[in-house]
Amino acid sequence: MTQEEVCTQLKEMFGEAVGALSETKGDRFVVVKGEKIVEVCRFLKTTVGLEFDYCQDITAIDWPARKVIEVVYHVYSLVHRHGLVVKVETDRDKPTLATVEGVWKAATWLEREIYDLFGVNFEGHSDLRRILMPDDWVGYPLRKDYQEAGGYHGIGNTRPDPLVQLSKVTDEKRKAFVAAAVAAAAAAAPAAEPAPTAPEGKV
Amino acid sequence: MAIDMELDRHILRRTDAGDEEIVVNFGPQHPSTHGVINFVTQTNGEVIRRSVPDVGYLHRGLEKIGEQVPYPGYMPFTDRIDYLAAMFANEGYAAAIERLLGVEAPPRAKYIRAIAGELCRISNHFISVGTMAQDIGAATPLTHALRERESINDLLEELCGARLTFNYHRIGGVAFDLPVGWGDKVLRFLDHLDSYIQEWDRLITFNEIFVKRLANVGIITREMAINYGLAGPNLRGSGVNWDIRRDMPYGAYPDFEFNIPVGTGRVGTVGDCWDRFFVRVQEMVESSKIVRQALAKLPEGDIQAKVPRKLKPDAGEAVGRVESARGEMLYYAVSDGSEKAYRLRVRTGSFMAMGIVEELSHGIMVADLIAVIASLDVVAPEVDR
Amino acid sequence: MKITLGLDSTSLTRRYPRLAILVTLFMAFGVPLGLYVAALAIFPLNTPERLNAMAQQWFGFDLAGSPYRYLVYTLFLLLVAFIAVNFTAIFGGVSTWVERRVAGRMQSRIGPNRTGAAGFLAWVADAVKMVLKEDTIPASADGLLFRGAPYFSMVGLLLPFVVLPFGESTVVTDMNVGVFYVTAVTAFVVVGILVSGWASNSKWALFGGIRGAAQVLSYEIPAGIALMVPVLMAGTLSMQGIVRAQGGYPWDWFVFQNPAAFVAFFIAVTSSLAEGNRTPFDLPEAESELVAGYHAEYSGFRLAIFLMVEWANMWIMGGLAVTLFLGGWQVPGITDEMYKAALGTGLVPAPTWFVFQALSMLVFAIKTWALVFTFIWLRWTLPRVRVDQMMSLCWKYLVPGAFLCFIVTLLWQLLVPPVGVKITGVVFTVFALVLLVKFLIDTRRNIDRVKGDRVDLSNW
Repeated sequence: MTQEEVCTQLKEMFGEAVGALSETKGDRFVVVKGEKIVEVCRFLKTTVGLEFDYCQDITAIDWPARKVIEVVYHVYSLVHRHGLVVKVETDRDKPTLATVEGVWKAATWLEREIYDLFGVNFEGHSDLRRILMPDDWVGYPLRKDYQEAGGYHGIGNTRPDPLVQLSKVTDEKRKAFVAAAVAAAAAAAPAAEPAPTAPEGKV
Repeated sequence: MAIDMELDRHILRRTDAGDEEIVVNFGPQHPSTHGVINFVTQTNGEVIRRSVPDVGYLHRGLEKIGEQVPYPGYMPFTDRIDYLAAMFANEGYAAAIERLLGVEAPPRAKYIRAIAGELCRISNHFISVGTMAQDIGAATPLTHALRERESINDLLEELCGARLTFNYHRIGGVAFDLPVGWGDKVLRFLDHLDSYIQEWDRLITFNEIFVKRLANVGIITREMAINYGLAGPNLRGSGVNWDIRRDMPYGAYPDFEFNIPVGTGRVGTVGDCWDRFFVRVQEMVESSKIVRQALAKLPEGDIQAKVPRKLKPDAGEAVGRVESARGEMLYYAVSDGSEKAYRLRVRTGSFMAMGIVEELSHGIMVADLIAVIASLDVVAPEVDR
Repeated sequence: MKITLGLDSTSLTRRYPRLAILVTLFMAFGVPLGLYVAALAIFPLNTPERLNAMAQQWFGFDLAGSPYRYLVYTLFLLLVAFIAVNFTAIFGGVSTWVERRVAGRMQSRIGPNRTGAAGFLAWVADAVKMVLKEDTIPASADGLLFRGAPYFSMVGLLLPFVVLPFGESTVVTDMNVGVFYVTAVTAFVVVGILVSGWASNSKWALFGGIRGAAQVLSYEIPAGIALMVPVLMAGTLSMQGIVRAQGGYPWDWFVFQNPAAFVAFFIAVTSSLAEGNRTPFDLPEAESELVAGYHAEYSGFRLAIFLMVEWANMWIMGGLAVTLFLGGWQVPGITDEMYKAALGTGLVPAPTWFVFQALSMLVFAIKTWALVFTFIWLRWTLPRVRVDQMMSLCWKYLVPGAFLCFIVTLLWQLLVPPVGVKITGVVFTVFALVLLVKFLIDTRRNIDRVKGDRVDLSNW
């Protein structure tokens, strides 16, 4: 089944909640309203002829210019060998969406990652907590306006430039070496003894 | 650390029956968790009640870096997403960006991609089955696997200069052509490999103790595997006959004839740990067939399509998929017309496999948890990116 | 000879190869030889009659009547114990070298080859390192129990040496309840495992300790019953008595004289492996699961004691099996009468007697080393069993099997005449030889089946 046919079936079932198949460059997607996403997904999975049983990916894209966070579902049917990309636009200031965990268990961890990195709240999720970042992290790193906090529990995220530090050390060492050599030459000159050779090492 | 106490309170509750249950941490430093992953395990003696993976120790923000670095410059970062199967990581990214740009790699490049990819798959599977054997207690198969893998490392080093993080693919093709005489070296190695796999089977695959440890352990049914979004040998070990190379063909794979090994429950149940192990061993044999066919039919021509220096694809989005050694690796690139990606998403097979560990952990023993984690072939960098 | 340490990265072995070879030869052959000679000279003297006679003839001192005689006997026993403990420690060290080289060869790699010629001094270096390491004790560990636990294991290791016969007269003491004594004292090791697992106050150590206790205690049963089979065949619990009831040639060994003994041998060896925590039964210290289990929190000298116990236990395992089943120190061709005849009169026996003794010690050593090599081989080939599989193997298969062997041996002893025993011995020896030859042929064929490049070990 082609993507147009799938979209036609979706439009027949859900009407206004389903948008048109996009015409942008690259892969095509269909935009669905957030309130209906669980029904749409269940419809996609259970309808004979569609049977999208495999959730390949759920991810999100932050569009601060459009003031939305898009949640993108890549779903596939192993039975019929067709796939679809479904997008949902959520309000950027308060992004919430119902979870599709009941449809595909793969969504459990994928939605946790979106919550962790974008801050999208999935209602009904069994275990919504951070997954990649530490549990007490502040902020949502993959958002476009994310500012780093400047440290975590006292561990800073900047350090002095090591090359600058190295040149300082080299300067001091050189000065000390020169001073020592001058002093040694002054002390050894009256004794007129050959200086001891450096210890041999393997070349 | 405070984190585990939080996990304790939120998730793990002690039974009121008075059973002495211990909460123990497998990891993050542990020889058998295949990377820096922590499994917070609640056990009653040797039997586990539940084991919750705690990932994120190796999170390096590679998806955010994809937004900061121009398209061609991101290729070395893809190596680090999965350093054991770096060729596939490179290839997936190149496939996604090529789709965005609308270019196609020339035929010779596609064949070389297949050769390099399949050699990388053999290399990765050696580590996977070798470390699995070591986790079960047999130390010798690992060193033998590493010895065989050394030959592949040498071959790939001759090809692209690196033993582990190859940075070999480019957007539009591959970076370097095959060295003179390289094909013969590969064929000599494959002759050795095909006869060595039988020794491997005699050593460990059908070893009585090994089979008893893995049969009927960590059974993932077909429905569970599809529902949890597993990919690659994990999915095929549960009996699902699905392989991107055959079912969503890309590159030069339509020109090759090869079988797709699927778990059959030969020594236990379909979808147990031994099936996943055996699928990987058989995949090595199939990869060797593919490389032979590719070397025999290798076309002449360019190795890289003409792409501009500064890549500025039109606004749009594209998905690139490869059948990585660890499952289907999906790169989702969104472009806004500038020279850096607007959003780069990497979905890896190990991430999905981590999601199923908690489900499988109810009621198994500590030693079985190790076997399950090993059979799912997770690597921490793929999980955390 | 200018020694510049610290600036040069080449090992001492590379820079002074002749010195390295000399030291290695001294450690590899000189020290064990010295121990053997000391054992040969001193162990046979370890009876009150001989000590009294020696004191009378050489020092003109009447020891038998002296009130201090027990002090002298005790001092002599301490000397003997010193030699035995030294032997244990050195065997523990040398067997680590053998294990690492053999494991390396099996794993297509080399093993230690830098410290000393062929890496032989690696165990000396390791021992020195262990002694010099910081002795860390976890803050929340039970201090007294943590510190004392390794010594329980060490005692459990060393006590069986009291009755293990190294040669015809080289045994510390030939108790008339030798086998019973060994079964009793090897249980000390489990005290060490359990106490260290508990006292470490670490969940991983506790896992290892509990597993170890369950395993060792469970496998005491089939081991004990299987060890009763040679006792039945010899009619005595004394170790020397059991060895004297066997002969030098393979068809005179107990293992071949009785089908039940053949099976009991394998049950005894498997149970010994389990008691010694060797793969496939190394669950208490499963490196890939528990990361060293019961001795995870130990470092320095106490860890060295645990490790010494584990490796020197192989000698006990092997030595016990050799003594009870494989003919012990019996040399093919030298009978009991020849030993007695060579003894001669006088305090110091004739040189022939010493030659016979040395031969018997050599035979014992070769047989025990062959078994130790087999244990090493098993360790690096087989994976590990799971806890419940280990328990079911013990209780469902080995215990009934051992009982069956016991009963069959009882009936065999009653019903089968000596000529039948002799025939069985020859038949089983031939059977074992056929198996050995088939094994060698199969190995050769398997090696030849793998085509292509072999690994280059010219850096051997």
